[in-house]
Amino acid sequence: MSATTSIVTRRRPVRRLTAVIVLYTVLGLLSLIIALPLIWMMITSFKTDSDAVQHPYSLPNPVSADAYLSFTSGQQPILRWLLNSFGAATIQTILILITASMGAYALARMDFAGKKIIFGLVVAMLMVPPVVFLLPNYLIVRELGWLDTMLAITIPGAAGSFGIFFLRQFFIGLPKEIEEAARIDGAGDVRIFVQIVLPLVKPALATLAVLSFLNNWNDFLWPVYVLLSPERMTLQPGLSMLQGAYREHFGIVMAGAAIASIPVLIIFAAAQRQIVDSVTGAAVKG
Amino acid sequence: MPSLAPSRSRAPRRIVAGEHHRSRHHGRRNLRAYLFLAPFLVVFATFIVTPAVFGLYISVTNWSPFRKRIDFVGLANYIDLFTPGALASQNFWQSMGATGWFVLWSVPLLLIIPLLVSLLLNQKLRGMTVFRTIFFAPYVLGVAIIGLVWGYIFDTQSGILNHLLHSIGVAQDIPWTVNTPWVWVSLVGVTIWWTMGLNTVIFLAGLKGINTDLYEAAAIDGAGRFQAFCHVTLPGLRPVMLFITTTTVLASANMFGQSYLLTRGGPGTATRTAIMYISDQGLSQNNMAGATAMSYILFLILAVISIINFQVQKDRTEGRGA
Repeated sequence: MSATTSIVTRRRPVRRLTAVIVLYTVLGLLSLIIALPLIWMMITSFKTDSDAVQHPYSLPNPVSADAYLSFTSGQQPILRWLLNSFGAATIQTILILITASMGAYALARMDFAGKKIIFGLVVAMLMVPPVVFLLPNYLIVRELGWLDTMLAITIPGAAGSFGIFFLRQFFIGLPKEIEEAARIDGAGDVRIFVQIVLPLVKPALATLAVLSFLNNWNDFLWPVYVLLSPERMTLQPGLSMLQGAYREHFGIVMAGAAIASIPVLIIFAAAQRQIVDSVTGAAVKG
Repeated sequence: MPSLAPSRSRAPRRIVAGEHHRSRHHGRRNLRAYLFLAPFLVVFATFIVTPAVFGLYISVTNWSPFRKRIDFVGLANYIDLFTPGALASQNFWQSMGATGWFVLWSVPLLLIIPLLVSLLLNQKLRGMTVFRTIFFAPYVLGVAIIGLVWGYIFDTQSGILNHLLHSIGVAQDIPWTVNTPWVWVSLVGVTIWWTMGLNTVIFLAGLKGINTDLYEAAAIDGAGRFQAFCHVTLPGLRPVMLFITTTTVLASANMFGQSYLLTRGGPGTATRTAIMYISDQGLSQNNMAGATAMSYILFLILAVISIINFQVQKDRTEGRGA
């Protein structure tokens, strides 16, 4: 509230101050609306079932950890789901980074027969909505024997053309001289790619990593259909099972939601600048 | 895969070399490129190109997991969907209608609210990043958590929303996830709560990209705040607007989780979206052939909408740009 305010303050102090107060009030109320469901989730997760129903918006009385303890029985392996979700999203992100960066480098920097056809296909498939791939991919994954495995929720999802399309633009923007200089120094293709080119597009790789991770993390439809056994599930299908099984046990349901959301919210709070820059960078520049 | 056919854009330095030398050079160059492309091409061919073609094939057959022999049926699966009165076409178009209804309500709200919020956030004041973080946070949670938390909030008998309404004098229980039109209010509301932060931060980035000189120029010309908004802010946001409209329409048209978790497609099949019906038909009801035909129709409709949206916004930009 320093420089900008003080300049304006001299002109019309009262109006400016009122505007700032109104602005903060509106934003504060909005934040409350956004945050309340999550605060409620936390409070309710420490309540007993009857307390949750009878006193929905009072603080827990008694404070009970029963809901959390119920997950230790192993019937709803929520920590397992959390690990599976992190594992799947990480593996898929790494796969996308490797395949897309290598492929995009070839498309951006090399001349070869069939380049136009491949790039054309990449762009064309970018326009096709995921529902078109859903059913045939289910058959393919079943044929490969991948149903109910980690493979099903990591590899098909890494095949999309967004990553290669996105990175290609960044490779095209790099000055050619850098590679030529390295080539004169006797560096081979692989070394040039790994040691010189990749470090130059680090921000783009980070953006792609964040987007890929979020995408896999939030995927719901596909894992619901390809994952079958409780211990193989990721958070999204696992939690929806939980919702069906404990419909009236608000404490347990909210404890499940809390366990699932707190690690993500912590990561988000820590990396929020990087995450927000990634989603906006892909939109504004991409 | 590496082909010996000379590429059209040959490197000028090599032209002097003999024919034999050149084709060997091309061969090596192709091999090198395809080695870099190989990992991508393997997954891309298996899980994108193959299913796109395979799906089209299934949609013109009587494909079924129980059938030994698969026959070509031409466009029969598509014609069924356009035959008024047929059960498949009735259900499919009903689900398309539900999807359209959802798009119609969610997209304008997901444009207007985030635009207004981003204007509020685009101030050089303390704490704006904190607000931005809070508004964006629900988006990272994933739809299953949204289903759990809002399922509890919306519960007709013991949900906290109805409790809250009781305490301010609303006598009846509102069937948030049970009856129309309340189911739509809930689904649209939850979707706004969940994803408005995404559009907000994109609008905000667009606002930061507008040249501030333009505002000064507008002020010198005697433009008020509202005029500056109409003549500087909105035109400046055009590319971002095109991106947000396109992605929001596509996201809303692909809505699945919210209906699946909160209303189970109900009451009856009122909130059963196209994606929900297609996946259920294909994966649970073994109507794979019909369902793939539906997915291609949905694709075509979305493609037409995207093209129209693109043309309209492009024309407007060009009309203004001069």
